[in-house]
Amino acid sequence: MGTAGGRRHRFVGEEGEVYLAKIIVLTSGKGGVGKTTSAAAIAAGLALRGKRTVVIDFDVGLRNLDLIMGCERRVVFDFINVINGDAKLNQALIKDKRNDNLYVFPTSQTRDKDALKRDGVERVLDELKDNFDYIVCDSPAGIEHGAITALYFADSAIIVTNPEVSSVRDSDRIIGILASKSRRAEHNLDPVEVHLLLTRYSTERVKRGEMLSVEDVKEILSIPLLGVIPESESVLRASNTGTPVVFEPESPAGRAYVDAVARFVGEQREMRFVQPERRSIFRTFFGRA
Amino acid sequence: MAGNLVQGALFTVMVMRAAQLRDPGFDAELAEQVQRSPRFFLNAPVVLDLKGAAEFAGETEFAEAKAILRRHTLTLIGVQNAAPPQADAAAAAGLASFAPNATQPSRPRLAEPAAPPQAQTIPPPAAAKSLLVTQPIRSGTQIYARGTDLVVTAPVSAGAEIMADGNIHVYAALRGRALAGTGGDNEARIFCSRLEAELVSIAGHYLVSDQIPAEHRGLAVQIALVDDRLTIAQN
Repeated sequence: MGTAGGRRHRFVGEEGEVYLAKIIVLTSGKGGVGKTTSAAAIAAGLALRGKRTVVIDFDVGLRNLDLIMGCERRVVFDFINVINGDAKLNQALIKDKRNDNLYVFPTSQTRDKDALKRDGVERVLDELKDNFDYIVCDSPAGIEHGAITALYFADSAIIVTNPEVSSVRDSDRIIGILASKSRRAEHNLDPVEVHLLLTRYSTERVKRGEMLSVEDVKEILSIPLLGVIPESESVLRASNTGTPVVFEPESPAGRAYVDAVARFVGEQREMRFVQPERRSIFRTFFGRA
Repeated sequence: MAGNLVQGALFTVMVMRAAQLRDPGFDAELAEQVQRSPRFFLNAPVVLDLKGAAEFAGETEFAEAKAILRRHTLTLIGVQNAAPPQADAAAAAGLASFAPNATQPSRPRLAEPAAPPQAQTIPPPAAAKSLLVTQPIRSGTQIYARGTDLVVTAPVSAGAEIMADGNIHVYAALRGRALAGTGGDNEARIFCSRLEAELVSIAGHYLVSDQIPAEHRGLAVQIALVDDRLTIAQN
């Protein structure tokens, strides 16, 4: 890998620039925890920092990322078309209208997860790698083929978790899968970097003992915390209008994602939207103070 | 200390002819039977009848039998109709000798008082190197320390299952299922620095989360089998 002359076809970036993208997967095991919203926000956040970023929808058959990204009317070809060789990468990639560094790679709504052939995915990712700083993979829910394929090539994983027991347990399961079934695990490379992103967090509900606290979740999962996204109407509004929430910097959720992205690239930021620790829900359950 | 009190109890135990184990169709047949009622067979105790099975003479044969049954989720706990050398070899493999037993060796093992550890007791099965795990054991993961102890220095998540033929030590929170003495060793123990387990079991005797007294929750404890009852003591 080196000079521009020896590279495959380039479709973004200046001639002569060299990229070797980091592959990030957003995964959770459980559905409905905010994977797609977070994938869109993190990808847009990276793009806002000047990083060339593509976000890929791995949820074949339940295409949603394009809606969240507000580009659903521009989809012609998709991920599966490119995997099958029916379309070129530059025909399928959709450039974001708000940020030049951001590309969306939509998936197929008419196919199913079986269309995700591992060698085809690898070929597409390899081609993307040469052209981007970050490849953000939005995983489907579950622990079956689609989710495994989405996490298989990851260098880094963002575990999207809601502060409730079933979500935490599913996250734990998926962390175990990353440690045993990813490419890095299978080839004995450095393990996939794992980060915790706690979404739909409500300090009020934590105080009332209806939600696990940040500390509870960190303690159970024992992985580093990337960010806490407060439960916020702006998230819902952003999804419905097809605007990643980081493009609304005045909203609490938008700010929380911007912070999370900053931490992801190595900056130190204080955690916001996290109130001082109260009684833990576990201790409440088991009657110990 | 309740350690010196021994009580009697009667159990129904499955008996299997040792000679069968060598039959070519045995594995498939047993697998089929276990599959029909997996709950019934899970960790069920089995006694091996040595009548007409003189080839079971050494510790290795018994260890092998134990492993075969373990594959089918069964726990070999002892032998029956053992000739004296067979009974000694079985004892060395950590197996009890049950009556009827025409030629009873020196002492019936089950009647032996629970002596302090330094006293002469039946040696635990194969003192192999313990299995050490330093990474968190995540939900959905199963770890089995065959013929030895399991030492874990990271949390064991809810939904994970750890098993050892010997003792289990967890130097962190134990939230999943822990099964010690899966080979039938009644003297195996479970140690953990924070008990939040879904299930703990020693040699097939188990307690589910609901049965673990609340006062032990979240504390450093050791769990032992005393008079066939799981006993939890705070460290």
